[in-house]
Amino acid sequence: MSRFVARSARETGFFLGIAFFVILAAFPFYWMVITAFKQNSDLYNIANTPFWFNEPPTLDHIKYLFSQTLFTRWLLNSLIIGLCVTAITLLTAVPAGYSLARMTSRRGEALGIFIFLTYLVPPTLLFLPLSRIIAELGLQNSMWSLVLVYPTFTIPFCSWLLMGFFKALPVEIEEAAIVDGCSLFGAFIKMAVPLSVPAILTVVIFTFTLTLQEFVYALTFVSSSDQKPITLGVSTDLIRGDVFFWGEIMAGALIAAIPVAIAYNLFLDRFIAGITGGAVK
Amino acid sequence: MAAVLTRNIVKTFADVAAVNGISLNVPDGEFMVLLGPSGCGKTTFLRIICGLEQQTSGDLLIGGNVVNDIPPRARGVAMMFQSYGLYPHYTVRNNIAFPLRTQRVSRDEIKKKVEWASQLLGIDHLLDRRPRQLSGGERQRVALARALVREPTALLLDEPLSNLDAKLRTSARQEIKNFQQRVHLTTIHVTHDQVEAMGMGDRIAVIDHGRVRQVGTPTEIYQNPADLFVATFVGAPPMNIVTRNGGGYLGFRPENLLPRRMIEDDAATEFSFRVDRSEYLGSERIVYGVIDGYESKQPITAKLPPAHVAEDSIRPGEWHEFAVKNSALRHFDSSGRHRTRN
Repeated sequence: MSRFVARSARETGFFLGIAFFVILAAFPFYWMVITAFKQNSDLYNIANTPFWFNEPPTLDHIKYLFSQTLFTRWLLNSLIIGLCVTAITLLTAVPAGYSLARMTSRRGEALGIFIFLTYLVPPTLLFLPLSRIIAELGLQNSMWSLVLVYPTFTIPFCSWLLMGFFKALPVEIEEAAIVDGCSLFGAFIKMAVPLSVPAILTVVIFTFTLTLQEFVYALTFVSSSDQKPITLGVSTDLIRGDVFFWGEIMAGALIAAIPVAIAYNLFLDRFIAGITGGAVK
Repeated sequence: MAAVLTRNIVKTFADVAAVNGISLNVPDGEFMVLLGPSGCGKTTFLRIICGLEQQTSGDLLIGGNVVNDIPPRARGVAMMFQSYGLYPHYTVRNNIAFPLRTQRVSRDEIKKKVEWASQLLGIDHLLDRRPRQLSGGERQRVALARALVREPTALLLDEPLSNLDAKLRTSARQEIKNFQQRVHLTTIHVTHDQVEAMGMGDRIAVIDHGRVRQVGTPTEIYQNPADLFVATFVGAPPMNIVTRNGGGYLGFRPENLLPRRMIEDDAATEFSFRVDRSEYLGSERIVYGVIDGYESKQPITAKLPPAHVAEDSIRPGEWHEFAVKNSALRHFDSSGRHRTRN
């Protein structure tokens, strides 16, 4: 009997612990969802319980977003910026990570750490010198300035991440390809790249998410509404003076969050499962 | 198929010479084994031959042409790696076809050759599998098929058997050797396993500290080691080495150290042998001990045929009369080199 009690107490403790963290992680998301569908009169009545719908849910906020604001434009901007930055990051970080992993000896590792350190310099410091560069290039107040600036923080981190992955890849596979008739570049394209698809997908998602949620650079370099990415558009155009359009803000955030959530769930298994099994014993 | 010739190859890594002047001639069709302890430079030497490393100095000739500055893909050699280096994202068929694809061989020709190579090695039923679905022995055969399919000038094997378990290793040894004899392919096989070297090689090159100590047939290497290193590296247990009174060393194989009465020849050198320990191994008995009047760094071993020696006749702690036929004695000078006569 006492063993049963002890066991159930242990399990209760375990699940209570899990529940605490689940609530901690999911509550903001829940808050965003219900706010996005609440009527304004429900939202602003302080006598209502804020945790649930006191009046029937509505799609007004979403309709407002698409009809009265440039929300579609912001979504599109974010998408274009995200795709361009991801492409630039892949084109530079994959060869960079590979070179750091294979071409240099011990110096490569030190260089890799140094590159990673540049990622740690906060954007709040960097936007000052970067703004000069943007101005010189005539890109101020254009979303293309963000396409130029975002790779400054995605490339270092992704090169470093890919370097670790390429190091774990057995070098014999590439060497076998070289002896079998490939050039060094051929071995990289035909062996290293296809075998590092899980890492490349990680980089794609990481880069895309990071650009999607970036705020400081966007705020600094872009001010026209039609050039804004979604983070900036939602938080600047939907707060007018001291009026917060809470329903619209939350609806905008929700719509932006959904594709990312789907992408994570689809590719989660790819991140974890390597496909290198059987290459070497 | 072609002969491989190296002239004074040197490779240094940050002032350390991994390969320290190796000159080796492997004639067309020969099975040459490079034997040496780990870290002796034999794998580096192999990588220089296939072009994955560039030698610091020295010449490499394949088929009579100097290939020092020719990239690996143009040398036409095939290499089988210790871990096989199969392409995990390709099927067995595509693995084997890969060297032909890089040479832009026509599709029909590729199909024909892949079938030929896979039948030769008995893996034609595995063509649609991926490397991770194969056993160790099957992977080895795929790697071999991939190496052969384009009919290389020379086949380089880098410890290909070390990943197999003991039983499989024996049959794989047989398979590689048979196969090499059938296609008559110049082969250079790197190993640290002397059984592998003795059993497979037409000739063996014993390598230590980046230098060739001796090149010869397995019999030559075993019977007439060129120096103390070869004498003690080849053979299990290794050759007994004792210090001679007049300077230099005296060596004899454990199977030649026998009780005096078992040697009918009169031309024999007698030793007083104190037995410390004796091991019965079924087909033989190995006896460890010391010899009176001679110094040795290792315990002296004698390998006795168990049927001829009753267990109680060789008792630990006792002195026995042993002898070695004079023809089986090997003399080395004080620097460790072999001397033909006293």
